[in-house]
Amino acid sequence: MNRFRAFVKKEFYHIFRDKRTMLILFGMPIMQILLFGFVITTEIKNIKIAIWDKSKDEVTQRITNKILGSSFFKLVKTIENEAEIEQAFKKGEIKEVLIFESNFSKKFNSNKSADIQIITDASDPNVANLIVNYTTAILYSFTAFENANIKMPMQIITESTMLYNAELKSVFMFVPGTMAMILMLVSAMITSIAITREKELGTMEILLVSPLKVSQIIIGKVAPYVLLSLINVLTIIFLAVTVFEMPIVGSFMLLFAVSTLFIFMALSLGILISTVTSDQQTAMMISLIALMLPTILLSGFIFPIENMPEILQWITKIIPPKYFISAIKDIMLKGSDFQHIWKDVTVLAGMTVFLLLVSIKKFKIRLE
Amino acid sequence: MVKIENLSKSYENGQIHALKNINLNIERGELFGLIGPDGAGKTSLFRILTSLLIPDSGNALILNYNTIKDYKEIRKITGYMPGRFSLYQDLSVEENLEFFASVFGTTIKENYYLIEDIYKQIEPFKKRLAGKLSGGMKQKLALSCALIHKPEILILDEPTTGVDAVSRKEFWEMLLKLKKQNITILVSTPYMDEAILCDRIALIKNGEILTVETPQNIINQFDKKIYNVKSQSMYKLMKDLRGFEHTHSTFLFGQFVHFIPNKIDFNTEYLEKYLLDNNHSDIFIKEIMPSIEDCFMELDQAKSD
Amino acid sequence: MLNNRDIVINVKNLTKKFGDFIANDNLNFEVYKGEIFGFLGANGAGKTTAMKIICGLSLPTSGELTVAGYNIYKQQDKIKANIGYMSQKFSLYEDLTVFENIRFYAGIYGLSLKIILRRADDLIKKLGMENMRNTLVRSLPLGWRQKLAFSIAIIHKPQIVFLDEPTGGVDPITRRQFWDLIYDAANEGITVFVTTHYMDEAEYCDRVSIMVEGRIEALGSPQELKSQFDVQDMNSVFIKLARG
Repeated sequence: MNRFRAFVKKEFYHIFRDKRTMLILFGMPIMQILLFGFVITTEIKNIKIAIWDKSKDEVTQRITNKILGSSFFKLVKTIENEAEIEQAFKKGEIKEVLIFESNFSKKFNSNKSADIQIITDASDPNVANLIVNYTTAILYSFTAFENANIKMPMQIITESTMLYNAELKSVFMFVPGTMAMILMLVSAMITSIAITREKELGTMEILLVSPLKVSQIIIGKVAPYVLLSLINVLTIIFLAVTVFEMPIVGSFMLLFAVSTLFIFMALSLGILISTVTSDQQTAMMISLIALMLPTILLSGFIFPIENMPEILQWITKIIPPKYFISAIKDIMLKGSDFQHIWKDVTVLAGMTVFLLLVSIKKFKIRLE
Repeated sequence: MVKIENLSKSYENGQIHALKNINLNIERGELFGLIGPDGAGKTSLFRILTSLLIPDSGNALILNYNTIKDYKEIRKITGYMPGRFSLYQDLSVEENLEFFASVFGTTIKENYYLIEDIYKQIEPFKKRLAGKLSGGMKQKLALSCALIHKPEILILDEPTTGVDAVSRKEFWEMLLKLKKQNITILVSTPYMDEAILCDRIALIKNGEILTVETPQNIINQFDKKIYNVKSQSMYKLMKDLRGFEHTHSTFLFGQFVHFIPNKIDFNTEYLEKYLLDNNHSDIFIKEIMPSIEDCFMELDQAKSD
Repeated sequence: MLNNRDIVINVKNLTKKFGDFIANDNLNFEVYKGEIFGFLGANGAGKTTAMKIICGLSLPTSGELTVAGYNIYKQQDKIKANIGYMSQKFSLYEDLTVFENIRFYAGIYGLSLKIILRRADDLIKKLGMENMRNTLVRSLPLGWRQKLAFSIAIIHKPQIVFLDEPTGGVDPITRRQFWDLIYDAANEGITVFVTTHYMDEAEYCDRVSIMVEGRIEALGSPQELKSQFDVQDMNSVFIKLARG
């Protein structure tokens, strides 16, 4: 126990005395969550749109009001012909054009369908995707509301709340994603670097020659990062709730438990990386390429998995952050309890056990 | 204390032979030197002894503990100082020592008497980060850390490499004191002049041991005559000596050239005449005792011939 | 041995400070053309700092310095073109062959391909490395590498070559072969500025300076220093000086 305490103490000295580590550990999470948060919420709060209303009737007016009333959209232009559309996009004045077909109200009321065409500037596909989701969400809620006036109001109101939730989901999607990224960074990358640093400096040689067991070295090395990662989880949630007013619908304890599981998974990955590399630079490269890139690109954090080619969709199945993001998204936004997320959690737990076993097995008690 | 039998080690799928069939016995309480240049296999041998590497074949035993099977026991009884400075540069002197003490399940207080002499010299700087120490002080700290758990055997891999002559001298003075505490010390060095301070030495090159003996016996076994030679131009002297018909070998040696004739009944007048004929002045020739370095070079040459 | 008294390195009142710490305290010395100048000192005495300044890698806090006739403040580029440098740590690219290393370094100094090819042949022949021409440097023994590195450091025929502990860890025979190369270079008029921890090597130098705590405490031929301190060898001179 005394050995363990000395080891952890030493590890904290390393962390607190290295400005770069400190910055990555504490500066990065705060910076990233703020950056993502502000970029995404401001994009969404001030989407500039144009409307080409071919009918100019009462229904189109109501829809327009509903959309503009949402505070996400801002009307900057009304359009009267096709040529203007392209011009407005090219000038970069707008991100979206809504086109109501002619005789809209008549078609709508006669209970057939009425068409609204949505054209977006897809030069940034993610933003475009988000805008379309928003617009359709509002349109759905409008039709739901209209129907409600006719039939059973109670039922439909619930449905519209659900839709409202669905909308929020995409706004706050960045929180689970950022969390996955930061935990990967802190737990996997920093751990692998911290271990390979000892190899590089030659201190690992002395540790190996000492009576310490492999498990003692690993746990001593990793324990401080578990603690720091948990602090990061709390920081991110705190910022999301206070700065971005994100509601956490589900159980906080469940959220924390799933995060802890993910931290252990990431730490095992970090240890695994450190067993196959002997210098910090390689460890960092592997962490960045093998961990960070998939976390950003293939976990559903930025690009929706449904839209990926089938092969990539298969690959995402072995990406741990995918399950983490999916689980905590459900807890935070849908309020899901364990029964709903047990599949994700089981996969994650399985991966953790597997990686931990492999990395302990591979961690050498000698130099080769 | 240490028994090494038919030990071989190679790297890169047998491409590089670091150790070739090494046999060695080291007695308890001995100060044993492993003397040889870089790449001779010193570090490989020490890493096998400290259980960090597994040999391809052969056995190494410390106090009858096998370095492969009984690595846990081996790791308790050895103190190891690797070739590079291997302490935490971002921890202070005191923090390093405390850390290594607790890793070995002991405290500074418990074995302070053992390191007192050495540690006293760096104690005034105990709050300083290890990375900010001078070369000599780093060495003293590393030695303190290797000693703090009171090992039965101390294995020091090139502790004096890259260290200035004064620090080297001090370091050897410390080792001689430790020897009196009955700690077996196994030390490697590329500096031949340090060999004379050991009880016994093994001269090693290219993974092979050239000889194992007391320094004095190695010198006694040198079967050729050797002369210090000097003249006004050392550069020309070297060139001319190489062209001399009775030269076995000739090497620069500090302010002299060491000249080894190819026959034992060599007459120096013959050399003097040759040098005079080649326009040398201030000629100085004197027979001397060989140094360990002379012996090493002689053995090395004999091996490669 | 020195019939030429041309000064190639002229150091006047050179001082280098890092904050409050004085690494080099008012150094004054001259190095002559074709001389082997040993630059000795204990670890941390300020050797490396001074050597970096003289090579044009860093600037002094104050003082005057000319190297190969060029001013350190205004003509660092000219200095770099006229010196060669080799250290124990940095020398050659391990994943290039002997010839590729020669070609690369010679190319850096702007030699024409014709000259490079000729000098590469000469160099390889002189070192007796004909059969290693296309060997990766990685698989050469340390001694060969050091000899090769030195030869490459002077391939552009610099006025001065700086050697930072060139023979550390090298076996005794190779070490002496290395010094043969140094003597040859000096004989061709290249000034050799060398640091070493081997005190017997200090004896091979024409003149030696010994630094203690940032100052040059002794300067002269090995013979002069030994009689000045009334001892038998350079090792004793060094220990007497450094121990105060």
